[in-house]
Amino acid sequence: MKTSIFTIAAFLTFSLVSAQTAQEKGLEIAKAAEQADLGFGGSTVELKMILKNKNGQTSERTMTTKTLELTVDGDKSLIAFNSPKDVKGTATLTYTHKVGSDDQWLYLPSIKRVKRISSNNKSGPFVGSEFAYEDLSSQEVEKYSYTFLEEKNGLLLVEQDPVDPKSGYTRRIVSYNKDKGYRLEKVEFYDRKNALLKTLTYSNYKLYKDKFWRAGTLKMVNHQSNKETLLQFEGYDFNVTYSEDDFSQVALQRAGK
Amino acid sequence: MKTSMVWGVLCLLGTPWLHSQETESKPKVTHEVELEIAGEYRYFFEAARFEEQANHYPSIAFKPAYTATWNKGYESINFQGFVRVDRDDERTHWDIRELYYQKAKGNWEVSAGFKKVYWGVAESNHLVDIINQTDAVETFDGEEKLGQPMVQFSWITNKIGTFDLFYLPYHRKRTFAGETGRLRFGTVLNQDDLLYESGAEEWRQDVAVRWKHYFGIVDVAVSHFYGNGREPLFAFDALGNINAFYPVIHQTGLELQLTHSAFLWKLESIYRQADAQDFFALAAGLEYTFGNIDGNGLDIGILGEYSYDERDELALNALQNDVFFGSRIALNDTADTSFLIGGLSDLDSSSKIFSLEASRRFGSTWTVEIEARVFNSIAENEFILSNFQDDSFLRIAISKFF
Repeated sequence: MKTSIFTIAAFLTFSLVSAQTAQEKGLEIAKAAEQADLGFGGSTVELKMILKNKNGQTSERTMTTKTLELTVDGDKSLIAFNSPKDVKGTATLTYTHKVGSDDQWLYLPSIKRVKRISSNNKSGPFVGSEFAYEDLSSQEVEKYSYTFLEEKNGLLLVEQDPVDPKSGYTRRIVSYNKDKGYRLEKVEFYDRKNALLKTLTYSNYKLYKDKFWRAGTLKMVNHQSNKETLLQFEGYDFNVTYSEDDFSQVALQRAGK
Repeated sequence: MKTSMVWGVLCLLGTPWLHSQETESKPKVTHEVELEIAGEYRYFFEAARFEEQANHYPSIAFKPAYTATWNKGYESINFQGFVRVDRDDERTHWDIRELYYQKAKGNWEVSAGFKKVYWGVAESNHLVDIINQTDAVETFDGEEKLGQPMVQFSWITNKIGTFDLFYLPYHRKRTFAGETGRLRFGTVLNQDDLLYESGAEEWRQDVAVRWKHYFGIVDVAVSHFYGNGREPLFAFDALGNINAFYPVIHQTGLELQLTHSAFLWKLESIYRQADAQDFFALAAGLEYTFGNIDGNGLDIGILGEYSYDERDELALNALQNDVFFGSRIALNDTADTSFLIGGLSDLDSSSKIFSLEASRRFGSTWTVEIEARVFNSIAENEFILSNFQDDSFLRIAISKFF
């Protein structure tokens, strides 16, 4: 009697699992990853960007990034450049939206001007780097459709197709580390012709507040141009108590000076 | 005396902050010192109209900056200085661009001291921008400003927008090219010769207010300024001599921008009232950017703007009924190479101005800037522009950042 109940239960579970499509499982993983990172509130971090061209010549830029976590709509972020010195004080303010275009303002310190800019050019490179604007914007679940591919060495591989037709990609293959709070280990980007364009690898992970995994190093390699960009994050601070007042256009000018 | 008043306001505002400072565990102050040295060469390729003028103008500028920030960035002291040495004595000048204390807390921010504030959305004409005086000897486009003494109070709300209040206790006079300088009138205007309508002269206590908000794709701002005008008003006596003075004005400004896909639709407009003159002016246009055209970061933007000014030929910026077409090209490379080319055409006459601005970085601490302005078939009856018809120039500037 008991055995049969267990058998039925096991069978039910099995059929439930198999009834879940690859799309549903993909979405479930993306939501689990979002859930695992929920509640960080806000953070600030110093970022160094090292750009390397195909001949190995490098140039550097540094910036400070502040993020405010919002749950009803997308996050707000403020990026202020510290170097090169001729662009010091240049800053951007972004209000991410789960659906539709993001709102973005640019501050130009030389003439103290705040300018609303179009967030349309998602596929364009961020300050000459191998990171496109869309690679650096807040990763909201709603911005992709998902297909689970396979589980390999404890990593869950999910294909993500951008909802926005203006994206520079047909798809991204994202590796989630299920045992480490669904943190990302690798992303492969396929261009509009569906050819492998770039690979992003995450390393030097650290756990903050016992919950939030943050990579210390992000390395983006462009396979078509042979250029590379390295992002090094330093001094993550999750003890900041930001409010929306810290992400206003007045705050944007203050961050830039 | 008025300076002591500013300090009085500062001290009053400062008292409650000092208390909150004491409760902070460790007051960590970050100091930053910077210096830009800019070598510049301006070459005017047409023969000078006036005897004292030359064709070659080498020049050098020093721009030191210092910032002290504490209280997690919510409090700071900011300084930006400016010194230029030029062949034209009037262009040889110095200024305190900024020297102010700032404090932010929750949904308000206050600044006191010399500061620069920019208003406006248009690219070819800056009508609404009125807080700072133009440092007219510095650039032809009028984007360089003199530091303005002020107390600025900002109140930020999510629901009803941001309100800025300005108390402007002192007026700065516009700079003009001297006898040996190019881009000047037949009569040399000396900065100090210009008088005021107000009996209080430069010490007239001026005020301004601005409301700015955004709803989805719409950014809007409405402002009002009451005080000594930043633009001098020109009057002529029977002998044709220029008599210029700063009138007391009321100016209401509107700024509107719609940001839709890669389109920026822009409108800025002013209504200015003075005893001697009332007028309306507007600048409207659009900017569209073809982003990442080559998949390598190349952005090409196109700009079109129309300017109207009721003052007609007395409009100091000479944009009374003009159309501007331009293109902004950004390579988005590691050197931040960019170009802005444009042409301004007067719809009432043959006058045209062509311009080119280009810049890029070399290494991590050098930049090169090239600017060209060409005055073409300037109509003789253009009151302002006809003076500049032989002043087409090429400017190259090399900056080193320390």
